[in-house]
Amino acid sequence: MEMKGLDNAGFDPVDGRAPLVIGRTDFGEITREVVRPIFEGPPKVWWVILGVALSLLGVLGVSIAWLFWKGTGVWGLNNPVGWGWAIINFVFWVGIGHAGTLISAILFLFRQKWRTSINRAAEAMTLFAVACALIFPGIHVGRIWLAYWMAPVPNQMAMWPNFRSPLLWDVFAVSIYGTVSLLFWYVGLIPDVATMRDKAKSKFAKMAYGFLAMGWRGSNRHWQHYEKAYMILAALATPLVLSVHTIVSFDFAVAQMPGWHTTIFPPYFVAGAIFSGFAMVLTLMIPVRSLFKWEHIITVRHLENMAKIILLTGSLVGYAYAMEFFIAWYGANQYESFAFVNRAFGPYAWAYWTMISCNVITPQIFWFKKARTSPMILFIASIFVNIGMWFERFVITVTSLHRDFLPSSWDYYTPSLFDVTTFIGSFGLFFTLFMLFLRFLPAIAIAEVKTVMPEADPHYHPEGEHAEEAH
Amino acid sequence: MAADTTNSAHWGALAEFETAQDIYHACEKVRDAGFKNWDAFTPFPVHGLDGAMGMKDSKLPWIVLVIGLTGTATAITLQYWVHSVEYPLVISGKPFFAAPAYVPIIFELSVLFSAAAAVFGMLGLNGLPRLHHPLFRSKRFERVTDDRFFIAIEAVDPSFDLDKTVAFLKDIGATHVELVE
Repeated sequence: MEMKGLDNAGFDPVDGRAPLVIGRTDFGEITREVVRPIFEGPPKVWWVILGVALSLLGVLGVSIAWLFWKGTGVWGLNNPVGWGWAIINFVFWVGIGHAGTLISAILFLFRQKWRTSINRAAEAMTLFAVACALIFPGIHVGRIWLAYWMAPVPNQMAMWPNFRSPLLWDVFAVSIYGTVSLLFWYVGLIPDVATMRDKAKSKFAKMAYGFLAMGWRGSNRHWQHYEKAYMILAALATPLVLSVHTIVSFDFAVAQMPGWHTTIFPPYFVAGAIFSGFAMVLTLMIPVRSLFKWEHIITVRHLENMAKIILLTGSLVGYAYAMEFFIAWYGANQYESFAFVNRAFGPYAWAYWTMISCNVITPQIFWFKKARTSPMILFIASIFVNIGMWFERFVITVTSLHRDFLPSSWDYYTPSLFDVTTFIGSFGLFFTLFMLFLRFLPAIAIAEVKTVMPEADPHYHPEGEHAEEAH
Repeated sequence: MAADTTNSAHWGALAEFETAQDIYHACEKVRDAGFKNWDAFTPFPVHGLDGAMGMKDSKLPWIVLVIGLTGTATAITLQYWVHSVEYPLVISGKPFFAAPAYVPIIFELSVLFSAAAAVFGMLGLNGLPRLHHPLFRSKRFERVTDDRFFIAIEAVDPSFDLDKTVAFLKDIGATHVELVE
């Protein structure tokens, strides 16, 4: 296919909007194109990535086992910095999840039809990111046998967890977010696993997909309840996703620590989460669309739209950074102003300016259409955003803690080898799950993409027949 | 009543259509012909087909509302009971019933209960999971999840008559009609 035919980023002079699916495609072709990679078997590079991911997963397993064996002493935590990479990685992964829900729920409510090509994979990304995130609160005390202290049950001393604490809110928010995302994703999958069942050749595949499809047969009496359920789930997931990073930000904002105790945190965290999540969607989907030859379904226009959201949220994040500094000065609180001067010019200035360069400066290239429509530039920029957003959480956590109210307790924090291996290992879990998803489930929402094609409209008339059928 | 014995041998008649436009108009005709036990089957939800089939609104939102409010009540009760009855302890000078601090979990549990109600309510209303169905015996019906549209009229429908119904389905634009055992 020539690239020119695949360019739908321009303005269509007739309709005003370019088509979302390019080429002379019919419903049957959408089905064939999406299920093709699953039945054909994966390309060689899939095995390579899976191999690397599984190795990293092994690294994660070893790192966690060592942590459980020795305790949190294997990490670089020290006295003022009692919250290190575990919380940083947790916030990093939860944030990434947010873009999936934004695409699946918020863009659905806003009737943004372009979401249909990317929502399935983005929601899968959400689930896997939340799975990675949940590891860190689970292991962060190094005593796995006490993990049940997070649950709303009394512990062995008959003490209950504190419902007035943001940390417990966070347990509820993230676990419910994971559960609801899974339900939402599965509901979306039902018609597509039914397609898989009907297209599968082997008996085992037919039975496995048939089981997952739960007897779905496309009945319109079912579609009616199904669409209602989907709409309700979108309406629930929208405030839910905003609440999750809001509550994550409460972990910091409710504390008295200078640099954390600010009211701007909830919206700033939510914008950052969406920003990082869209970057991860691009990091994943740009290679996937070219590997599986889906450029006519996940088009340049889809990429461009995501670039615009990255530009918007990146600028919001930049505004929040600036406003934090303004308030630190305007608020005239000496601890607060010290925390921010120390952040930008203290021992962690290198981390702060890495964050600024990646998060504030990088997305500004998306003012240019050339950058928004070039998969290569988008891919590179998305990696920078991923890095920048990890550094944001590092800066917030470490620069505030390492120099608090009492200068005698100040110290410099350096991660240990096991901090690094646990974090890198979590990418192993993420990519293992994502590779298995690509291998076994339709990565594009087949039924939903069909609904945005012009011939899905019951009042659509193909050219030529228009005159006869008009009434 | 010889027709009854013929009817009982079949589950119903299955008609195939090629486009969303065809099935939309066919559904309007089946509805107007007064059939009761019938359904349309499509690879994706066809906009406006509920009206063309004369269907009533889904009751699902009411189920979600009731169960969602149960979640709200559960969260209030849980937090009240733990901190005011079972384990009263003053933390950060907050009252036992610290209403503002209870808001996040009240919200989260309301969402959890509502989402579960939406999904399981939807499956319940649809009679799913149901791994077998007479329509799965039809080979052609496999394309319902791909690019074909179907109408099935069940033999239990009072207006069902083997020959007449098949002729009627052909008449309203079906490209293929078969009887399902």
